Amino acid sequence: MIRFQHVTITYAGSIEPTLRDVDLAIAEGELCVVVGRTGAGKTTFLGAINGLVPHFTGGHLAGRVVVDGRDTRAHPPRDLADVVGMVGQDPLAGFVTDTVEEELAYAMEQLAVPADVMRKRVEETLDLLGIAELRQRPLRTLSGGQQQRVAIGSVLTPNPRILVLDEPTSALDPTAAEEVLSAVTRLVHDLGITVVMAEHRLERVIQHADHVVLLDGAGSARHLLPGEALASSELAPPVVRLGRLAGWHPLPLSVRDARRLAAPLREELAGCSTPVVLAPAPGAADRRPLLDAHDLVVRYGDVLALRGVDLAVSAGEVVAVMGRNGSGKSSLLWALHPAGRRQGGSVRVDGADVASARPPQVALVPQTPADLLYLATVDEECAQADREMGREPGTCRALVDRIVPGIPGDRHPRDLSEGQRLGLVLGVQLTGAARVVLLDEPTRGLDHLAKERLTAVLVGLAAAGHAVVVATHDVEFVARTAHRVVVLAEGEVVADGSTAEVVVASPAFAPQVAKVLHPEPWLTVDDVAGALAGAGVDR
Amino acid sequence: MRLPRPLHPGAWWVWALGLATAASRTTNPLLLLLVVAVVAQVVAARRTDAPWARGFAAYVHLGLVVIAIRVVFRMLLDGQPGGHELFTLPELPLPAAAAGIRIGGRVSVEGLLAALYDGLRLATLLLCVGAANVLANPKRLLKAMPSALHEVGVAVTVALSVAPQLIESGQRVRAARRLRGEGGRRRHLLREIGLPVMTDALDRSLLLAAAMDARGYGRTAAVAHRTRRLTGSFLIGGLLGICIGTYGLLDSTAPRPLGLPMLIGGMALGWAGVVVGGRRVPRSRYRPDPWAAPEWMVAGVGLSVAGVVIVVSSRDPSGFYPSLAPLGWPALPVVPMAAIVLGSLPAWLAPPTRVRAPRARAGRPAVEQPA
Repeated sequence: MIRFQHVTITYAGSIEPTLRDVDLAIAEGELCVVVGRTGAGKTTFLGAINGLVPHFTGGHLAGRVVVDGRDTRAHPPRDLADVVGMVGQDPLAGFVTDTVEEELAYAMEQLAVPADVMRKRVEETLDLLGIAELRQRPLRTLSGGQQQRVAIGSVLTPNPRILVLDEPTSALDPTAAEEVLSAVTRLVHDLGITVVMAEHRLERVIQHADHVVLLDGAGSARHLLPGEALASSELAPPVVRLGRLAGWHPLPLSVRDARRLAAPLREELAGCSTPVVLAPAPGAADRRPLLDAHDLVVRYGDVLALRGVDLAVSAGEVVAVMGRNGSGKSSLLWALHPAGRRQGGSVRVDGADVASARPPQVALVPQTPADLLYLATVDEECAQADREMGREPGTCRALVDRIVPGIPGDRHPRDLSEGQRLGLVLGVQLTGAARVVLLDEPTRGLDHLAKERLTAVLVGLAAAGHAVVVATHDVEFVARTAHRVVVLAEGEVVADGSTAEVVVASPAFAPQVAKVLHPEPWLTVDDVAGALAGAGVDR
Repeated sequence: MRLPRPLHPGAWWVWALGLATAASRTTNPLLLLLVVAVVAQVVAARRTDAPWARGFAAYVHLGLVVIAIRVVFRMLLDGQPGGHELFTLPELPLPAAAAGIRIGGRVSVEGLLAALYDGLRLATLLLCVGAANVLANPKRLLKAMPSALHEVGVAVTVALSVAPQLIESGQRVRAARRLRGEGGRRRHLLREIGLPVMTDALDRSLLLAAAMDARGYGRTAAVAHRTRRLTGSFLIGGLLGICIGTYGLLDSTAPRPLGLPMLIGGMALGWAGVVVGGRRVPRSRYRPDPWAAPEWMVAGVGLSVAGVVIVVSSRDPSGFYPSLAPLGWPALPVVPMAAIVLGSLPAWLAPPTRVRAPRARAGRPAVEQPA
């Protein structure tokens, strides 16, 4: 169906090719997951399938990409629209019309599909993706998961044989991600559509995959079975790493497979000491909380985003705020910052009202960190931060170097990787010596190494006496990073407790290890490895 | 039973422009108020619940403002002698260089009435256009354009969605700015907020362009070289015709065939060019608005009103421009009045916008009908 023949892609202005001599074939009806670190060329690989690379992006493509018998050299993306449906990372950015039904019809209108056929296909697609009740809704009012399904539907209506998805679940909460992925697997199983998908969170998709395209970061790509690809890869999701640790064969890819193999391990662990869950800094519990927010109310028009939320965080604690999209996570973080909006309640840091504290006591890294940056180089941004916060020159740069070492000072902030940009903004925000650090969805777009680095940074900040609050959907990240989890729903706190207490029994928020080893409260592979080593079990 | 459906937007525009044409031929306040009443009646009967359909009140307010401006300026600037004096405003002494301009002074009944009539006419025209906007989805009108103009329509649609996005990203960046402390001085505002918003908008437009390309936007069909040449000559010929026709119409000394006939011929030629050019853009329309009997009737009503008023007013203009010297109560000419009243027929001729609960035949399931 898709054939890459010795493809080498080099973008204008770069010396090294992004993809080098890629030679592989993806068969019809396959669900293929493209795996690799940030910057390994995943988006380039996907773009090459429908000709956006190089027709739209520029650059040089050597070799041939043949899709359903059509060579992309001779066919620009618009002539492949009836064969390849492509959904980008941000579905909202790709919408052309303004209601669901018109959006579904748009691609067919371009292809001059007759009106009666269009009518029929729109109805079929609405049912196929379970969005029939949304047909008249304006696209901007949909939730993230709904938007993603509409975006998939809008490229499905011309009946393409191939669907290309670039990180379809990166912005979604676990439940919405599940909805989208089940819609995709239905397309593969029922309609035999070939799906090629890039995804950082392998734990969500790998069990559905038939094959994996592994990009190694140096430009080469290999087409492998998921088991082969993950047996040695550092990108493996927790369930695979647990399987490696326990020596299971074949390696389980889904929680279900692992659970059926896990009985001996569970018995072994039952004898071990209770899991070493991340403990707050010593004595944190008896001290007065550093951040003390009381009865927070946030209202947008006639929508109550927060209804009287209380939150207390001690120095040395990392608190994760979870909940579905729109449950009030961002509103909570912004309400804690003096610059944010808040209709009621009080926020105190160390007993003093946060609005009047000088220097500012709260630092917030927003969902799109790039919004904070406007200067031409990293060094200028750092110098500006020093000036704004009244610190001696070099403070910010030193902080940034501690968070993400090795960012070239003359680089434009937009040219940094997601992880580097996050580090830069975190450094800029910490320049004022704030003791409370808030991060809104920091793991979006980070690969697993960058996430590990972020975990280390946040745990380090907490150990240095900061109070850290992270709003996130990423359950595996929470399991490794947070001491405590607060779950919001409809602007109210519905759960607040230690990470193990809150997530272990939750269907949506439990990490894979907890699901495999349930009911024992183990959260991460490292915990398990540590316990086994402590018990003297030789692995 | 007549099933509810939206009327073709083009029909609403023809009807509204017909009434506007009629209104432009008169300053008779009775006829103008009649037009306003007719328009309001049809809007009340046939508007939907869509967001664009709630704007009629805004047009009414705008019309009132237009009248007020007209009257106030006339009072301030028109201190002519003659006529019946109503009152006198204090006059602003102006230097000799500004001879012929007076601010303040005498205000006459005649001057005031003339301003009122004129303002009313302008406000009525505004209301007619407003009614078309309220009754017809402006975006569906864009969709109904010939395929050669399809790309223009898409550009307008995209541009309309950009404005809210810009506002949104502006608010986001501004909030992020506050996070860094309000250290920024005013003069950096453009750079600190403008730059991130612009890069954001640029990123979005690239994403949108890629998405549209991937979904088949801009596909063209191969057309014969001859057809392309034909399109070009039609369009250029049409434009020339329109230019010459307009000139002929405005210049009273020009020979008559250079006027209206030339203009109409040019427009026809241009339209033919657009239609032939449309062959290059193969595309279809999802749920197109049909042009059926109700559309013909609604458009016909608008054209008839305009036609009757134009014919009658060119034969006997006396009833259309009420006399100010001597002052008199405006007369109500019967034929134009009847024509304008008939202009409210679309309130019944156009299909209804929603199903009413069936009254008599209980037991039959109500027909569910897509809007």
